[in-house]
Amino acid sequence: MSTSDKEIALKDLCFRMADDDLILGHRNSEWTGLGPILEEDIAFSSMAQDKLGYAQAFYSLIGKYKNSTADALAFTRGEKYFTCCRFVEYPIGEYDFSLMRHFLFDNAEAIRFDLLTYSSDTDLANLAKKFRSELKYHTMHANLWIEQMGNSNEETNLRMQSSLNTCMPQALGIFENGCNENKVLSTGIFKGEKFLRDAWLNMITPLIEKSGLKIPDIETQTPEFGGRMGYHTEYLQPLLDEMNEVFSIDPNAEW
Amino acid sequence: MHLSGITMMEQTLIMNTQIDNDTDIIPLELIHEKLEQVKDPEIPTLSIVELGMVTKLESTPGRNIKVRITPTFAGCPAVDIIKDEVKKRLSELDPTSLEVDVNFDVQWTSDMISEKGRKILQEANFALPQIHNGLFNIEVFKNVECPFCQSKKTLLKTTFGPTLCRAIHYCNNCQQSFEQFKPV
Repeated sequence: MSTSDKEIALKDLCFRMADDDLILGHRNSEWTGLGPILEEDIAFSSMAQDKLGYAQAFYSLIGKYKNSTADALAFTRGEKYFTCCRFVEYPIGEYDFSLMRHFLFDNAEAIRFDLLTYSSDTDLANLAKKFRSELKYHTMHANLWIEQMGNSNEETNLRMQSSLNTCMPQALGIFENGCNENKVLSTGIFKGEKFLRDAWLNMITPLIEKSGLKIPDIETQTPEFGGRMGYHTEYLQPLLDEMNEVFSIDPNAEW
Repeated sequence: MHLSGITMMEQTLIMNTQIDNDTDIIPLELIHEKLEQVKDPEIPTLSIVELGMVTKLESTPGRNIKVRITPTFAGCPAVDIIKDEVKKRLSELDPTSLEVDVNFDVQWTSDMISEKGRKILQEANFALPQIHNGLFNIEVFKNVECPFCQSKKTLLKTTFGPTLCRAIHYCNNCQQSFEQFKPV
């Protein structure tokens, strides 16, 4: 029997979400021990833990159809099989970059999960219902910091503005269609990336303005696409090598 | 049948009049007792029953037990430990088959903590999560009551505490930090 459209759509979307969360979770965890203040160190570490939890659940859902495990799906696929957006791959940089990425990505993810609570797939809708309540803490954290840093002094404002300018084309890459976007829409799994992008812009625009920052003209931005099709930045492979180091030496290692 | 402390749990005891041997079905009370011995590794006075993590309990003829558990947080590292502990405790009842499912079919919220659970949290000097019925925003973190001196002259320091389920506040009255079990 051929694979149903719904299954194809579900796997496509779940891989994109799981890969985003795995890679961004890994990046967030790189702040552990390095945060500018203790509370922020812990905040990024906690958010990393949450993201890995979402990734694990999405991989497990795919695993039900592919007869595989979350670990195998996370750790044994080659770089070109990853469909995360390029935005999540970039190194953590300075704190202003990490904060801005956190703000732009997590607001998109929060709306995504809200929309997914209406998914035609019950398992996915159940996960979304759970995760969106946790994600509220991520967006509260991000929105507060963006507002405070944007309005604090000239230097913080300049830094946040410069990070926003850098991040915007990368962030628009979140909304690149997947290989099976038409099936995602036709099966009612999700309302689609275009819908999400518009809702996201409506959400973040007033928050950015309230923070004393200027949102770059969206019409003139070239979204950084490629990630959803397996074309990644030079930063992904080294990250995978590091992440998979133990697993590739001993797949059954326990710690 | 009355089982205390359980508000959200579906419980099924499939009675079969044909069965004259009453040891063939494990009473829910016994299963309950065992589950109450399984504690949250991060708050060792609080059981998974009081936390509201047990969302389904089934005991059927032939000494079969089915339990469903929902994680408090998606990334909670204690889930595997809890699952193993549930299996260990319930095995003591000598079931023929034992199924422990961990999934998100029922999504945990802090509203599911039982009255007894809230009392235990208070005794452990936690500020309680506000009952929110699914709706809350950053406002609920303002002026949370200090568990030490009951003052409301308090400030939220961070919503990300030492574990995923804890926020940290500071009391300006008794000048101590305190932890709150987060509303989720």
